[in-house]
Amino acid sequence: MVERGFDIRRLPGAATLAIACFVILYIPMVILVVNSLNGGQSISLWEGVSLRWYAVALQNEGFLNAAKTSLILATTAALVATVTATMAALATTRSRGFRGEGAINLILNQPLMVPEIVLAIALLIILAQIKQATGYMGLGYLVVAHSAFCIPFAYMPIRARLQGMDLTLETAAADLYASRFYTFRKVTLPLLAPAILAGFMLAFVVSLDDVVISEFLKSPGQDTLPTYLLGQLKRNLTSEIYAISSLLLLISVLIVAGSWLLTRKKT
Amino acid sequence: MATDAETLSIRADTRRRWVLALPAVTIITLFSILPLGVVVAYSFLTPGDYGNVKWIISFEGWFHVLFERDIFDDTVSLSDAHLTIVVRSVLLSLATTGITLVLGVPTAWFIATRPQRQRAFWLFLITIPFWTNLLVRTIAVQEMIRSDGIVNRLLLWLGLIDAPIQMMFTNFAILLGMAYVFLPLMVLPVYAAIERFDFRLAEAGYDLYASRLYCLRKVVLPQVKAGIIAGSILVFVPSLGAYVTPRIMGGGTTLMLGNLIETQFGQGRDWPLGAALSLTLTALVLVALVWYTRLTTRERRDG
Amino acid sequence: MKTRLVLTTAILSATTLPAFAEGVLNIYNFGLYTPPDLIEKFETTYGVEVTLTEYDSNETAMAKIEAGGHGFDIVVPSASVVPIYIGKGLLLKSDPNTMENFKHVAPEWVSVEWDPDRSYTVPWVWGTTGIMVNKDVYAGDINTSAIFLDPPDELKGKINVVPSMNDVIDLAIMYVGGQPCTTDKEVLKAARDKLVAAKEHWASIDYASFEKFINEDLQASVFWSGAAMRIRAENSGFTYGFPKEGFLKWQDNVAILADAQNVRNAKLFLNFIMDPENAAMISDYTGYGNGIAGSEAFMSADLLAAPEMTIPDDAAPVARFQQTCSTEVQDLYSRIWTDLTK
Repeated sequence: MVERGFDIRRLPGAATLAIACFVILYIPMVILVVNSLNGGQSISLWEGVSLRWYAVALQNEGFLNAAKTSLILATTAALVATVTATMAALATTRSRGFRGEGAINLILNQPLMVPEIVLAIALLIILAQIKQATGYMGLGYLVVAHSAFCIPFAYMPIRARLQGMDLTLETAAADLYASRFYTFRKVTLPLLAPAILAGFMLAFVVSLDDVVISEFLKSPGQDTLPTYLLGQLKRNLTSEIYAISSLLLLISVLIVAGSWLLTRKKT
Repeated sequence: MATDAETLSIRADTRRRWVLALPAVTIITLFSILPLGVVVAYSFLTPGDYGNVKWIISFEGWFHVLFERDIFDDTVSLSDAHLTIVVRSVLLSLATTGITLVLGVPTAWFIATRPQRQRAFWLFLITIPFWTNLLVRTIAVQEMIRSDGIVNRLLLWLGLIDAPIQMMFTNFAILLGMAYVFLPLMVLPVYAAIERFDFRLAEAGYDLYASRLYCLRKVVLPQVKAGIIAGSILVFVPSLGAYVTPRIMGGGTTLMLGNLIETQFGQGRDWPLGAALSLTLTALVLVALVWYTRLTTRERRDG
Repeated sequence: MKTRLVLTTAILSATTLPAFAEGVLNIYNFGLYTPPDLIEKFETTYGVEVTLTEYDSNETAMAKIEAGGHGFDIVVPSASVVPIYIGKGLLLKSDPNTMENFKHVAPEWVSVEWDPDRSYTVPWVWGTTGIMVNKDVYAGDINTSAIFLDPPDELKGKINVVPSMNDVIDLAIMYVGGQPCTTDKEVLKAARDKLVAAKEHWASIDYASFEKFINEDLQASVFWSGAAMRIRAENSGFTYGFPKEGFLKWQDNVAILADAQNVRNAKLFLNFIMDPENAAMISDYTGYGNGIAGSEAFMSADLLAAPEMTIPDDAAPVARFQQTCSTEVQDLYSRIWTDLTK
């Protein structure tokens, strides 16, 4: 019998350090949000609570354009990444091994192994040539670059789900002479849907978060929210920056909360 | 005949799988692998006068990673500027890993040992900073340690200092920023490992009169080690290649490898050197990853 | 089917996005250097949508433009690098001298060494490079480059140096007793050694935001007169000094890039900024003189009275107009700069 006093789970000091950790994680973000609510002109003087800087940000064309670019870019890149990653996951799971499986997995995880700055430089060199040759300056470059580094993030949850999926249902459907495509659409896809959604969200956030690659590859007028913020940091540090940062923080909270609720419903 | 049909169907299956994987494989090959090949090529060219390259083969880029030639008397010496930056990058990344370990492991432990229902709440609290934009979090830390930021004001108010301490633009600032930014990356994998751990094992150990410490070391640690290693790699690798956090916290004089690389493509105008440095960084990261894979596969074999 | 539809829409929306429709102008200029109200006025006058991208130094701008595929129409190089741009064929010969508003250019800026008949560039602003110090922190003489090359203890660790190669090296050369663009290797070596030794006392080599000075995170900087004036307006402790060892006078110029895609709008912009009223807007925002005759009438009184705008009589003899060095010297500058910033 274990005596009542002992519980290995209760490590002395762990709780204190953990609470300290949460405090450390949250204080800067809380202060950021508080600063964004400063009604004063200068960031050093507190002049009462106000949403003034949010209003300024929401009327700021640069910010709005960046938000629009970010949204289009993250959605498109996440879509491309999720669709191609789903196909790839279907290819690499539920087989007894096939020629080139290892190679495919290695390729699909490659973007995770290269430091972001290196990938950014590499793309800068090659895309400068392409831009010059074709004269096309659109958002397409950022979309494909983002898709590339988002694929591994979409691939992971989808592949994990497929690996854990029961084959009986599909076999049953096949036994009933359902076509392969019909089986996929009516049986596999619904079962896979939560993982695809998770993969999409992951890819979306990863794309939305990216600073370095976007900063190096953007053509004029293609600022994303993070690169816009980075540019503003070099200019005057006003409470508007804190307001924009807080808005980005809010987006993250919403996405995390959303995915939380989604996965909760399932269990 | 049957075997022929079987081979055919295996071939058809392989082909079908490759076709399915092709779009993803193509995108990554074209926009992640191929560009790296170009970087390799550029590292062996001659820098152009104001950026870009001249298509003349040269090994100077690689030479300059480690050595420098004096402008005026052409003497060759070890490039202490580059060495300093490489050493600084490695040390700061190790220190970042250390700090996140000290804070992250107890936190993961704390979360994993909460009752099932509370756990979700604590995990949620860790996931928010994890998903929050890195730049936003860096701005938040910067705000703390500015000359008239909250830390200095607090210290002044407490009478511990008479004048604000200069914290921005120092190694300390970079370390603080990176530890803050990468902390959730440590907590999550460690948590996952501890959560899988069956605490009945530890209780069994205690029943056998093992001391608490012995129990932790011999029963718990081996089980959660994989999580700790994974967390350390997840923190160390992005720290080594960090660009945004050192750029903001370091102020342009305290560079890390990522910033040194960028400088070569802007102000420094030495693309081949930048390319060679990029590959050096990639190699450092790969060494860490290979070490990790070896460690975990050995772990699996032993376990 | 649905996925394919979504995919097709996604790809289509990605490829048909913005870029170069009619009525666009992409300006590439130094940071904090382009008045928002000027851009707005230009946009409404001509129905052109302007996109501004900022850089931190001539070197960065040139590297980006040389790389190609940048998408900019207009760039603002300093006089000292204009000949390099022209030599490399990066600028369009847009003949601003034939433009309607060219008659407003002040006589001293009509024929200039870097662009003898102004067939490539028009004046943006001119100013000086000197030293800015917070007098509340350091009360000694600030009319000297010693502030950043042999810094007083009060300022160590709080000094910024602008990432402007020619400015910084020219000041260092004059500090060690030479002349800008000197071919004397001993002088260049002395300047290099001085800079490298002083670097440990600097906080940053950065196009730092004004806020960092206003909040006193930084207390001194090698700086441009107009920037110093804008900071003084927010924090009166900051004062601009003209180094007695020698300081620099310069002009930045607006030019159209050879591979510009919106040449017509770019030409409109060049003509637009030579209008005295518009040039005054540039001066009011940046704090520099502009080289357009008659623009004083439209400038604010604060600007006209600013001490940063007027070179004091005793300092005038040591002012040097920044020039293009010979290729060999420019190469040495580059290598000194690499030594300093690596």
